[in-house]
Amino acid sequence: MNRRTSLPPSGTPVSAGSALRSRIRFGLITLVVIAVYWWSIQGMHFEGIQGTAGTVSKSILTGFLHPDWSFVYIPDGEDLLRGLLDTLVISVLGTVVAAVVCIPFAFWASSNMSRGLALSGSGKLVLSVIRVFPEIIVAILFIKAVGPGSFAGVLALGIHSVGMLGKLYSETIESIDRGPQEALIASGANRLQVLRYAVLPQVIPQFLSYSLYRFEINIRSATTLGLVGAGGIGTPLIFALQVRNWNRVGIILLGIIVLVILTDLVSGWVRRKII
Amino acid sequence: MKAAPQAEPLQPASLPGMAPPPKYKRYAGWIVLIAILIACSIRTEVTPYQLITGLPQMGSLLAEMFPPDWSYLPTIWAPMMETVQIAVLGTSLGALLAIPVALLSASNLRVSRSVSLPVRMVLNLVRTIPDLLFAAIFVAVLGIGPFAGMLALVFFSFGIIAKLTFEAIEAIDPGPLEAMSAVGGNRLQIIRYAVIPQALPYFMSYLLYTFEVNVRAAAVLGLVGAGGIGLLLDRSLGLFRYDRACIIILLTLVIVLIIDYGSALIRRRLL
Repeated sequence: MNRRTSLPPSGTPVSAGSALRSRIRFGLITLVVIAVYWWSIQGMHFEGIQGTAGTVSKSILTGFLHPDWSFVYIPDGEDLLRGLLDTLVISVLGTVVAAVVCIPFAFWASSNMSRGLALSGSGKLVLSVIRVFPEIIVAILFIKAVGPGSFAGVLALGIHSVGMLGKLYSETIESIDRGPQEALIASGANRLQVLRYAVLPQVIPQFLSYSLYRFEINIRSATTLGLVGAGGIGTPLIFALQVRNWNRVGIILLGIIVLVILTDLVSGWVRRKII
Repeated sequence: MKAAPQAEPLQPASLPGMAPPPKYKRYAGWIVLIAILIACSIRTEVTPYQLITGLPQMGSLLAEMFPPDWSYLPTIWAPMMETVQIAVLGTSLGALLAIPVALLSASNLRVSRSVSLPVRMVLNLVRTIPDLLFAAIFVAVLGIGPFAGMLALVFFSFGIIAKLTFEAIEAIDPGPLEAMSAVGGNRLQIIRYAVIPQALPYFMSYLLYTFEVNVRAAAVLGLVGAGGIGLLLDRSLGLFRYDRACIIILLTLVIVLIIDYGSALIRRRLL
């Protein structure tokens, strides 16, 4: 695969043994890769394209080319703008919840703030366990707990983002300059004062920047939360898909693309202001 | 256009020294943020009070999940493997598609701007659409099954890998490039001898990273009918069999952790 590593460093003579060994290694890796693909293709049991696929694709294409503009704004009822607004609101709230909740976790998990490797290691473990759950699964669990709607979406995004943001925050805390901290301790400051005047000023801009970055990811996730019933634009989208209303699917996708691009632009602008 | 944040395995550059903004600006920022939050919570009727009252319900749900139904494990093994297979094929095909596109959009390979700009624009468009949306659309077109899920992941990984790879290509050492063109190498030779040796480790690393993302994605694709373990999860939850849902989630966790660990190991050796 990576043949570059099998080349000896320039200047050293090639010994027959190492060349053979690297060739064997290369062969083994190739075999493993082929085996993995063989196994994967076995599982795909492709039944061939359905007879209707052609007509369906054609109607999708015409639907995308003629989006249902009337859906953009309906004076009373569920329309595109309200759906997009809900999606935006869900991701704002989810991000803010996560950005606040993950702070104690981040201090717990960072090795220069927690006493001992065991303590910070346990914090890192908790964060990575939180991180492993996909937000959609978290969303389904919350829908079962608090009922369908935006609230479940906010909680799902919040919980999932805690895992990711907590990790990034704790890495920021670990990389701070120790100078100010030691100076404050030497002049007799207590722990809170050290936190306030030595740690926070160094980490806050980076925290904000990471939160914005998370917000950009969350807006993408929030568009799909509605597919399982957790509020936002996904709900009208899944209805439109189920009744094969391609014109409506087209306008919703267009709306999502515009929303994502706009939030990326705004968030990028704010981030540049902060850092 | 802003670089999409979705797929950045590398950390952003560390914080440069900064002067604190004037006080009134900082206060204005916080006030705006709080105003936005209040508006949001009015819009969604999400309040901290609700958050606290919702917690006991969450607790009782978790209580119902234990003990997990271990006897369900043999039934979910095959769909779980299907999940991994979807991820393997989706990532690989997406990566294959990404190679020519990455080469076309890298600015240091002297592709004319009339080609590279539209290519980049399509790339940006593809990246705005989340994986589940692709899956929902492909299920509607091709019918329920793993093939729709795989196609969704092909498009999804194509967007990520192409973007990361063309950025890696743009960051390569220009020395070999210039040397190759100075001795009269044609474009293919330049790519073969100057670009690939430098960019391949990065490409492989991004491929593995995307694979990790895709295994998680494939686990939920079934919720919209695109194959894999998600379908069974949906069914178990619909039948209120939380003990079964729990074993599905646990198995997904284990598989994801194993793949993450293995992939991280290989990635560390590559770079």
